[in-house]
Amino acid sequence: MSNWIKVVPLSEIPKLGARVVRHNGRDIAVFRNDGDGVFAMNDKCPHKGGPLSQGIVSGDSVTCPMHGMNIRLADGRAVAPDEGCVGTYPVKVEAGVVYLQL
Amino acid sequence: MQKMKLVMVGNGMAGVRTLEEVLKLAPELYDITVFGAEPHANYNRILLSPVLAGEQTIKDIMLNDVDWYRENGIALHLNKKVVRIDRKARVVYAEDGSSAEYDRLILATGSTPFILPVPGNDLQGVIGFRDIHDVDAMVAASKKYKHAVVIGGGLLGLEAANGLKLRGMDVTVVHLSDWLLERQLDQTAARLLQKNLEDKGLKFLLKKQTAAILPVPALSPNSPPQGERDDVPTLRVGGVRFTDGSEIPADLVVMAVGIRPNTALAESAGIHCNRGIVVNDTMQTYDPRIYAIGECVSHRGIAYGLVAPLFEMAKVCANHLAQMGIGRYTGSVTSTKLKVTGIDLFSAGNFSGGDKTEDILLSDPVGGVYKKLVIQDNKLVGACLYGDTVDGAWYFQLLREGRDISDIRDHLMFGQSHVGDVGHQGHSKAAAMTDEMEVCGCNGVCKGTIVKAIKEKGLFTLEDVKKHTKAASSCGSCTGLVEQILASTLGGDYSPAPAAKSLCGCTDRTHEEVRAAIREHKLLSIPDAMNFMEWRTPNGCASCRPALNYYLLSTWPHEAKDDPQSRFINERAHANIQKDGTYSVVPRMWGGTTNSGELRRIADVADKYQVPMIRVTGGQRIDLFGIKKEDLPKIWAELDMPSGHAYAKALRTVKTCIGSDFCRFGTQDSTQMGIDLEKAFYKMWAPHKVKLAVSGCPRNCAEAAIKDVGVIGVDSGWEIYVGGNGGIKTEVAEFLVKVKTAEEVLEYSGAFLQIYREEARYLDRTVHWIQRVGMDYVKKRVLGDDEGRKAAYQRLMYAIQAEKDPWRERAREGVAKYEFETLAV
Ligand code: SRM
Ligand SMILES: Cc1cc2nc3c(=O)[nH]c(=O)nc-3n(C[C@H](O)[C@H](O)[C@H](O)COP(=O)(O)OP(=O)(O)OC[C@H]3O[C@@H](n4cnc5c(N)ncnc54)[C@H](O)[C@@H]3O)c2cc1C
Ligand code: SF4
Ligand code: FES
Repeated sequence: MSNWIKVVPLSEIPKLGARVVRHNGRDIAVFRNDGDGVFAMNDKCPHKGGPLSQGIVSGDSVTCPMHGMNIRLADGRAVAPDEGCVGTYPVKVEAGVVYLQL
Repeated sequence: MQKMKLVMVGNGMAGVRTLEEVLKLAPELYDITVFGAEPHANYNRILLSPVLAGEQTIKDIMLNDVDWYRENGIALHLNKKVVRIDRKARVVYAEDGSSAEYDRLILATGSTPFILPVPGNDLQGVIGFRDIHDVDAMVAASKKYKHAVVIGGGLLGLEAANGLKLRGMDVTVVHLSDWLLERQLDQTAARLLQKNLEDKGLKFLLKKQTAAILPVPALSPNSPPQGERDDVPTLRVGGVRFTDGSEIPADLVVMAVGIRPNTALAESAGIHCNRGIVVNDTMQTYDPRIYAIGECVSHRGIAYGLVAPLFEMAKVCANHLAQMGIGRYTGSVTSTKLKVTGIDLFSAGNFSGGDKTEDILLSDPVGGVYKKLVIQDNKLVGACLYGDTVDGAWYFQLLREGRDISDIRDHLMFGQSHVGDVGHQGHSKAAAMTDEMEVCGCNGVCKGTIVKAIKEKGLFTLEDVKKHTKAASSCGSCTGLVEQILASTLGGDYSPAPAAKSLCGCTDRTHEEVRAAIREHKLLSIPDAMNFMEWRTPNGCASCRPALNYYLLSTWPHEAKDDPQSRFINERAHANIQKDGTYSVVPRMWGGTTNSGELRRIADVADKYQVPMIRVTGGQRIDLFGIKKEDLPKIWAELDMPSGHAYAKALRTVKTCIGSDFCRFGTQDSTQMGIDLEKAFYKMWAPHKVKLAVSGCPRNCAEAAIKDVGVIGVDSGWEIYVGGNGGIKTEVAEFLVKVKTAEEVLEYSGAFLQIYREEARYLDRTVHWIQRVGMDYVKKRVLGDDEGRKAAYQRLMYAIQAEKDPWRERAREGVAKYEFETLAV
């Protein structure tokens, strides 16, 4: 069951930034932290559907650009006191390339 | 790695707040053990007054129950008083022999009520007002007996008296001074208060000194049943005698004459105490492994008795325990309120004044309102409010910020009627609102939600409420109202945000300190700045990164490196994000002018990209809405117009009127002046957005009076106004100077803007900055110093030179391509 899909070279995701991957009409945000850690989740904030990919990434979370909710990159959960969560996807980096399991 | 052992003695408000902060900062650092002499977990001591008054129950006032300790892995020893500290072996011992070793120790033993050294002070029924036990004793007494005497007419005494009265007792308050609350109120306000309380049925004996507490006369009708007397050797109280020889009956005596820092344990361990356990600015005692916080502490010679300063101490102590080591506690200004329902009283600072101060007074004894503001050197130094305390928080803020009030002096007394429409119609407004009524229009938060969060989650500050409910976290116009709800929900336990506000939770430094460090140490990148200033978080947060990025760029133009990832999406994509994730495009139209070529290109782009909406904005230009992000660079290329920066903390529009070229009233060519200003300052980043306007005559069709810089043409030249704002809260711009030539307009307004760029806090509009530093300062810098003004203008021109048109760079030069491309799989 190894349906890993090649997405983009790691170097093309800015540190503390994200890229949007469009798959079957749905947007997936692929984040990079300030190292080589990569995380993927639906590009839809649990609050009002804001595009998380457009947020500011810091530490282990991203701040939604719409109303400032913080979402943890690792598990898609809102950082307390906020509540809610976003679906995440397995991602890996191999030989400098990011793969996504959909 | 083995964890360090942290032991805390005293399970009260200051101590547990410290642990909460430690757990937030360094959850894995310590194994924590807590000893508390009381049999209860952590509760809100302040709210004992409403409990006594029957307005709340013990259950309502619990802050952290025993489950909280368990969930956080804290070993809790209730009902165990610590009696000895072995500092060599680093062990504490409790009364029952149990012990705990420590690497770090916190003493948070609070204080004890002072009991007057008079005969009879140990009789049964003579108590203090400090803990749940005392409240239980008072409630029990109120069921059985009639006469209560409260000694001490301070805050605590009056709250006790009020509670006992509501419990049906006949209450007399005995007070040594000429008037009540002499440390919180001046005489006039105190008289009003006394009258109000008398109306509630309380009795007062002023200027009375207690000589002795008398026991119940043997076999008097008041004496308790025989059985009880056998169990308890001491006799019960029966009356109070004063130094003038008079006596009154008393079945219960509450001593509320002051508190004494509880230093016995520390002293027995040889820790230096002087009316409190002496600590330094990091809350360490003379033994650096031992910290002390709360009411038991003496910091710079002051022992505080209110929670707001104790919580500030807790923050610093936790910061240090978490090995951040950058927090400093430097003392607090406190304010007081009385928690007696139906009585509004507020005081702060030096409300009695002195030779160097001036008073502003409003006195309406019949209406029950009295206000006194004390001013020194154009600053508010004290406030005493009775009957109408709506503006207490605002005055307190002014007082702590030490803000120059000369510009608002004439309406200072009338309050902050300017905090937005919903914000300030009074205490009654917050109290009168029903739970379903909306408080925060931006985030749709109702009063009930806020009150519930305050109660259930134990919130104390505006910041907490913002975080938990989102209320007041957007446009901020409801801040005043939220503060009132906080105040009315918490009673006296409300502390407005501390004065020297740190930039955000990632650092303790203020905006000003951060700017100074960047300037003095020539910091050129965000990681350098964070390293140098020992940021608490690895890469900051969405609040501090944009601020840092701006501070770096504005301090070191051409040298500091811009960090797009530290900019809000609008400034990264150079377009405004919309609610559905599309963007808007607002090309620049110099001074609101355009031509047929531009209009044609706009029309072509609109057709080609099926732009769903075209609008003429309130800023004299055209906005294309609903653009897909990936189309932005193509549209910019085809429009071939400069960016309007409608998305940026930067120069936005320069609004103009038609002026002398066509208008029959025009005295000056305002359109050309506007175009010149816009071309000169275009691409100027700023702490917040900046809007200008130029009108050709005082009819002012360009609305220059509500712009950051407004220029008005008159026969003999130009008048320049600054600090206007037409947004959340309308502010009329103030006159700065009148000049003769267009060059001077550029130089004076440019210099003003540059000083604002260099000195304001990030997200301050010009008006907020001017309010902080005062118009006199602005005039001194711009008008009083010709060299300085010219130099500032030069610095602005130099900074702007570093900037290119962002649309052009992205449309034609391929900058930041990744930002706009979607990856398809
Ligand atoms: C487009 C426009 C409304 C319109 O269709 O007319 C507009 C639209 C927005 N305004 Fe505005 N404002 C517009 C003129 C104004 C004006 C009038 C003016 O500039 O003459 C004001 C009052 C004047 C002032 O700022 O002093 C105004 C006061 C605000 C404020 C409150 C600012 C304040 O300091 O009080 C905000 C919120 C903010 O900036 O934090 C805001 C924020 C916004 C934002 C950016 C909200 C956001 O963050 O998404 C809106 C973006 C819409 C978009 O996607 O393009 N807008 N906004 C106007 C664009 C003018 C332009 O050509 O650039
Ligand atoms: C009725 C009342 C109303 C108040 N109203 C207000 C108000 O409106 N606004 C305001 O700001 N402040 C108010 N205060 C003051 C506020 O409650 C105190 O400032 C605050 O509780 C002090 O916190 P602390 O942690 O220093 O001490 P405490 O909360 O007193 O905690 C100290 C704890 O340590 C325990 N202890 C002491 N010695 C030992 C030992 N050797 N071993 C183990 N445990 C020990 C004590 O039993 C106590 O539980 C009020 C106080 C009272 C009593
Ligand atoms: S355009 Fe301005 S006033 Fe209109 S909804 Fe948006 S922010 Fe509010
Ligand atoms: S949509 Fe993300 S915070 Fe509102």
